[in-house]
Amino acid sequence: MTQEKVSALEAVSDTYHYGFETQISAETAPKGLNEEIIRFISAKKKEPEWLLEFRLKAYRHWLTMKEPTWAKVSYPPIDYQDIYYYAAPKSAESPKSLDEVDPELLKTYDKLGVPLHEREVLAGVAVDAVFDSVSVATTFREKLARQGIIFCSISEAVQNHPELVKKYLGSVVPYTDNFFACLNSAVFTDGTFVYIPKGIRCPMELSTYFRINAKKSGQFERTMIIADDNSYVSYLEGCTAPQRDENQLHAAIVEIIVMNDAEVKYSTVQNWYPGDKEGKGGIYNFVTKRGLCKGVNAKLSWTQVETGSAVTWKYPSCVLAGDNSVGEFYSVAITNNYQQADTGTKMIHIGKNTSSTIVSKGISAGKSQNTYRGLVKMGRNAENARNFSQCDSLLIGSQCGAHTLPYMISSNPSASVEHEATTSKISDEQLFYCRQRGLDAEEAVSLIVNGFCKDVMQKLPMEFAVEATRLVAVTLEGSVG
Amino acid sequence: MSAWLEIKDLHAKVGDKPILNGLSLSINAGEVHVIMGPNGSGKSTLSNVLCGNPHYEVTGGSVIFKGKNLLDMTVEERARTGIFLAFQHPIEIPGVSMATFMKYALNSQRKAAGEKELDAVSFMKRIKIRSQALEISDEMLKRPVNVGFSGGEKKRLEVFQMAVLEPDFCILDEMDSGLDVDAVKVAGNGVKIMRSPQRSFLVISHNIKFLKEQIMPDKIHILVHGRVVAEGDQGLLDKIDRSGFSEYQKEAVA
Repeated sequence: MTQEKVSALEAVSDTYHYGFETQISAETAPKGLNEEIIRFISAKKKEPEWLLEFRLKAYRHWLTMKEPTWAKVSYPPIDYQDIYYYAAPKSAESPKSLDEVDPELLKTYDKLGVPLHEREVLAGVAVDAVFDSVSVATTFREKLARQGIIFCSISEAVQNHPELVKKYLGSVVPYTDNFFACLNSAVFTDGTFVYIPKGIRCPMELSTYFRINAKKSGQFERTMIIADDNSYVSYLEGCTAPQRDENQLHAAIVEIIVMNDAEVKYSTVQNWYPGDKEGKGGIYNFVTKRGLCKGVNAKLSWTQVETGSAVTWKYPSCVLAGDNSVGEFYSVAITNNYQQADTGTKMIHIGKNTSSTIVSKGISAGKSQNTYRGLVKMGRNAENARNFSQCDSLLIGSQCGAHTLPYMISSNPSASVEHEATTSKISDEQLFYCRQRGLDAEEAVSLIVNGFCKDVMQKLPMEFAVEATRLVAVTLEGSVG
Repeated sequence: MSAWLEIKDLHAKVGDKPILNGLSLSINAGEVHVIMGPNGSGKSTLSNVLCGNPHYEVTGGSVIFKGKNLLDMTVEERARTGIFLAFQHPIEIPGVSMATFMKYALNSQRKAAGEKELDAVSFMKRIKIRSQALEISDEMLKRPVNVGFSGGEKKRLEVFQMAVLEPDFCILDEMDSGLDVDAVKVAGNGVKIMRSPQRSFLVISHNIKFLKEQIMPDKIHILVHGRVVAEGDQGLLDKIDRSGFSEYQKEAVA
């Protein structure tokens, strides 16, 4: 695509700045899903026998499953035979270094604000770039390897560290877990693999940038993070997709394992294409994210800023198995126009003295629907476990909806669960006050919304916080008028 | 030279209820005017209408400010032209610090005027000088706008915002109400510091002592049933102090 075309497209799509398409020849598997396609993907990736078996088992189980309908979202039926399950830029067959990466791809990431040249990259952030089904570049890997940190695509991990992948794949999210996780287990194509060895504090932020480009393709990535005893890592995930009229499916799995005294901080800024003002197009974001605090004193913290996607179905969760382990969930979910989000978390307390904190901020504008759905479960042995949940909703206009659905199950009398919820509207008085000081209506809304979700934004790493604040403004464009 | 601000035969209502019924007054650059009147006479409505609050509907008349037709402008356009309202009841904005709020406001106004936005350092300099003069601590500037402040603190922060934004025309809506003696002094001082030949004030207040000692207005307007029924200099304050508004209310009814 020429520069002129890109600018013209950006001018038309004044709100979604990442809606361009990269013209790059792609290798795709034939459309549709069957055992042949799964064998094709597995062969393409030169996978060992056990992994093909894992995929086929998942696929056969998936055939017996039904798509879930309990979420407060509605969308036309998905034709799973009308999707490409494998799309890879032709040039991307395992480039050995950044110099071998197709310049078109480097340009694409530059334009997305994710430069892959190590000398230009934001200081202190290593990036794995996933384009459609494959990882096209991973920066700073050698520097990290010197400390024993493994940061690579999951395909490479399968080749180079099969013992780790085999041990943990499906250990937190089994393929039988749910419909979309099962589908992912059958057809996942790439994703990021992170291993932090004992006693190591990862010296930089690790980050994956997901980009869907090919038409009619789904993205099924799989991310696995293992933090060994007494280690620490902060991981960031970002994503965008071109602007298209049809809906595209994104069904990912993230599995995290946190050992004794280790800590993982996982931050997401989700900016998939949300569809246009009439609700046409956009990404279906059906994602299963779960972490296991396996060791004592393990800590897992999820921070998410969800601004994109037509439909979001996502519940990053913590299984607090280790005694004294800590789970946190900080979420901002913003929906505008016809977007639908059903998102929240699950905190499963198993060990003694485990504690969890949930802070959820939902903002709905336009004709959108925004649901918080959360489960706090105190197991029989969760002596003195504690949870605190705070769920706040903010409504902009009168045609949107906000819903809070907290589920609490306690099987241990010494456990305590606290839940607070509020719903508010941006008042005419607040808007008048801001505008009287010189802000226009959209600036005023974005300022008020950023104030509303400040508690969560503060949890984001610096580089992401600026981006997230700007995204709030972009997402809410046209929400007042 | 025509007046700096010229209000002619202004009519406005809230819902179906007419509140301003042909109000006229004019203010020259550098002057300080006071509006007084019994409850419900339209004082607060006037200040809201001048700022373009969409809750009020203008049904007739005109307002010319610095040669521009104010009634054709949006709320923010009026603010950017230099109109500032110190609110009687300042509004809370949770999670947004006063410093951030002022940075956004100031830069919005500068952008609209084609000026460069202030960077963090020059902005901090600008607010520091003013916060010190008004005895506003850094702690207050870090706290969310109007959340958890006392009445006096809120009013002082209104004067602070006025000082930061340097408007040409300041409307003070019951600035002194609910304040103790010291707070009234600080508020009054803020106005004194801000007085200049290029800046005018419209002060709404019932507090004659405050007006005489702190504001020292050039002109007083008495408002009854949405119209100006009497005008005068500071002598009028003494008259109101002695006999109230009853004389004007009778005239307005008759």
